[in-house]
Amino acid sequence: MDKKPVDKSRAGVTRRDFIKGMGSGAIGTAVLQPLLGQTIATRKGRVPVYDRKTITLTVNGRKTTVEVEANETLLDVLRDKLDLTGAKRVCDRGECGGCTVHLDGEPVYACMYLAIRADGRTIKTVEGLAEGDKLHPVQEAFIEKDGYQCGFCTPGFLMTTSAFLEKNPAPSRDEIRQALSGNLCRCGNYAKIYGAVDAAARKMRGA
Amino acid sequence: MIKKDFVDIGDSSRIYMEEARGQAGGTARPAKAAAAKPAEPAPEAKPPAYGLIGKATNRIDGRMVVTGQAKYTHDVKLKGMLIGKILRSPRAAAELVSIDLAPALAVPGVMAALKLAEGKVRYAGQQVAAVAALDERTAEKALGLIKVEYKPLPYVVDWEKARDAGAPQVREGKPNVEKINEYGRGDVAKGFAESDVIVEKTYRTGFEVHNPTETHGSVAVWEGDHLVVYDSTQNVHSVRDGLARVLKVPAANVTVIKNYMGGGFGSKLGVNDYTIAAANLARQAGRPVKVLLSRRDNAVCVGYRPSSSQTYKVGAKKDGTLTALQLTNMASGGVGSGDDVGEPAVDIYKCPNCKVFEETVYTNTGGSRAMRAPGHTQGDFGLEGVMDELAAALDMDPLDLRRKNYSTKNLGDTGIPYSSKGLDICYELGAKAIGWERRNRRPGEGTGDGPRRRGIGVATSIWYGAGVPGTLADIVLYPDMSVEVVCGTQDLGTGTRTHMAVVAAETLGLDPKDITIKIGNSDYPWAPGSGGSQTTPSVAPAVRDAALKAVERLKTVAAARLKIEAGDVVMADRRFSSKSDPARSAAFGDVYRDLRRETVFHGERGGMPMDQFAFNTFGAHFAEVEVNVETGRIRVIKYAAVQDSGQVVNRLTAESQVIGGITQGLSAGLFEERVMDDATGNPVNPNLRDYKIGTSLDIPEITVLFADVFDPRINNLGVKGLGEPARVPSSAAIANAVYNAIGVHVREIPMTPKRVLETLKRKEAAS
Repeated sequence: MDKKPVDKSRAGVTRRDFIKGMGSGAIGTAVLQPLLGQTIATRKGRVPVYDRKTITLTVNGRKTTVEVEANETLLDVLRDKLDLTGAKRVCDRGECGGCTVHLDGEPVYACMYLAIRADGRTIKTVEGLAEGDKLHPVQEAFIEKDGYQCGFCTPGFLMTTSAFLEKNPAPSRDEIRQALSGNLCRCGNYAKIYGAVDAAARKMRGA
Repeated sequence: MIKKDFVDIGDSSRIYMEEARGQAGGTARPAKAAAAKPAEPAPEAKPPAYGLIGKATNRIDGRMVVTGQAKYTHDVKLKGMLIGKILRSPRAAAELVSIDLAPALAVPGVMAALKLAEGKVRYAGQQVAAVAALDERTAEKALGLIKVEYKPLPYVVDWEKARDAGAPQVREGKPNVEKINEYGRGDVAKGFAESDVIVEKTYRTGFEVHNPTETHGSVAVWEGDHLVVYDSTQNVHSVRDGLARVLKVPAANVTVIKNYMGGGFGSKLGVNDYTIAAANLARQAGRPVKVLLSRRDNAVCVGYRPSSSQTYKVGAKKDGTLTALQLTNMASGGVGSGDDVGEPAVDIYKCPNCKVFEETVYTNTGGSRAMRAPGHTQGDFGLEGVMDELAAALDMDPLDLRRKNYSTKNLGDTGIPYSSKGLDICYELGAKAIGWERRNRRPGEGTGDGPRRRGIGVATSIWYGAGVPGTLADIVLYPDMSVEVVCGTQDLGTGTRTHMAVVAAETLGLDPKDITIKIGNSDYPWAPGSGGSQTTPSVAPAVRDAALKAVERLKTVAAARLKIEAGDVVMADRRFSSKSDPARSAAFGDVYRDLRRETVFHGERGGMPMDQFAFNTFGAHFAEVEVNVETGRIRVIKYAAVQDSGQVVNRLTAESQVIGGITQGLSAGLFEERVMDDATGNPVNPNLRDYKIGTSLDIPEITVLFADVFDPRINNLGVKGLGEPARVPSSAAIANAVYNAIGVHVREIPMTPKRVLETLKRKEAAS
């Protein structure tokens, strides 16, 4: 769970809002001429602010290439360009966990992660959690224990839980509460979600 | 082009309450069966022994949700769809001098633009203009290029300042303070004169924002002269009617669709201004347009629970008998009306003399909207608080005081009898579940562990939730034995599809998974909005009615096949058989095949004798808390809730509803408060970081129980609503537990550490 929640103080809202706010789309360059040519740091070195780049992602087991702008978030690319709408845009600034996906097996807030930084990496969304028709034990447990109401936050909870249980297969109730604390459920069904996570852990342990 | 389509949402709470009480003239269809039937059957009637109803059934749409396939309005993507964005006023009051859309329209990729306001803006967040573009970023940037000239006007966002004589006038030609409710029975002066003890206290509740996870939004597309709108709404029919009215198109040419929704809690009931904007942008561009609001918008322009400042004066005899109850309330709902909070005071406890006077204060803030049990959560916090302070003044057990003033008729035992009321059972079961005997005998008496003090409190719930006569549902049987239930209701996230499938399967002798549910479309048979805890008690009886008719037909068809009388046919184990000669028997598949083509059965939720009986829901919540008197931090450690909502349809999802009610009440009681900034006229916490919502770290051990009281008069299943009854008393129960722990009542929610510490200082000053 060390990568989540995203460190807001350092990498967080201010810089991200700044980047996102600069915008581009059809008119970005026209509006923000003075910023042209500046660069931002990524995993693969610095890239120009307005660079469009074709990146390669392995999403739910399939390799795909997609052209992104350097300031596009992973969430927007998944939802708008790859039509994977399981991850939700709820707060759009790393406060609620509704957009949680796995990046190389680690849960990340996709709304706080620039797509260009994910170039060459492996992503799993809620659409890729089941294996064919066979649901992941976490998915089965959420159905059996009614660990949802409206279901809008559920993909985020499922991705957080599945990553958490890989690291901690036999969590205590307190560890479950801590692990889920980066995900908000406005319907207020946490009490049922604890039960679902606990049941999922038992299933995965074969207990 | 300026459209006069400004939708005043200010009165949504009041319309909502009228609908909840069954007084609605607008949306509810007059039911043929609504004419009062005789008050029989006998109240001791028992429900049939059900196989599915009342048991736990997993959600039939669970797989859709957990695999990410459930399509919410946010997820709708149509061919050629544009993204619409709305420009909102940053000023709380201003004269709109000019709006210039030309720079936005000049941007490549912008396909449409609209002016959405003229004259004056009355709150920050009011929509001013809109654009639709090929993508979101282009739309955002174009929005920034629209030139709006404002002439600033004086404004007031603080409701207490808005009451001042010299305060800026929010509504032209009308005062900022307006009466919203007045009620009286008996003679309170006489009642106070007869009392031995009088307690008078003021309780305050803050502004609570709905903040559903899915922000409000719509996708509009014109198919010729037919408008199709995907909307994140609690009421597809009222959105259809509203769009038809405002856009001046026939209602028959409008279809509103809502498949899945990420919460609403009352904020998504009627047609919205942004939906109209989406439809107009789509018309102008000739392409589908999607408008989604931002998280910030949720704090400025789509409502919140209004505040209250309630002064209760209550008189009682030494033995606890209430003699007079008086409530004066000042609410505030921005440019809309505040909630009237008097209902719990008027209704719950036996008291011959009662007087209520309520006013609202207008401010330059977005209008309030109905929020899960509008008025009741606020009123319950005040009423149940003063009942506990009265119990302390009388040196009485708070539960005994409530039982002493138990009513069996509405209006404080002066009106008509409740059709059924299991509140006494709720008290008994809840007290046992929490361990009521462990409470401090007098508030604040416990010694505690270091700075930590423990306490236990109770609060009572009353709500409506009887359902709406005239609700329609169809059942379609197919010769291949597939079964469809069609109803223009919608699922808020409570599991509506599943409860419909449970009722249909129960009646038809099938499994819930065999039933295909079609809801969330205004083209389907009429059902009320999903508000007022009305969905299940409206829809389930209509489905039952249709299913019973379907069974009758199947029995007739089976009788023909078996060459026996229809009255001799019994249904069991997926077969129709002769009662007199069990060897004559046909499998369901054969009988369904004999139907030859799909066959529709129309069901309707019948009426109830509302002139003879009051139909209400009840509940009692018990909380145990630990308060740190050094930090002021409250932790809820144990909670027991018992609801009387009549016949439960699905125990699994019903429990979740109650857990949600408790959790939201805990969150509102301890954390949630929208704060307005006087200097800018805008909220200072319009996001989920600064506006605090309870998380997984705040949840106590919860026990949920049902009183299982059967109401034979309310509908053909004895079903009542549940969503709001479970939310009404939760903040109040926690506040009373805090009172029991520390000996002073924190008379304002949210009970932040600061307010708890200030309250403790009040205790020191008094001692």
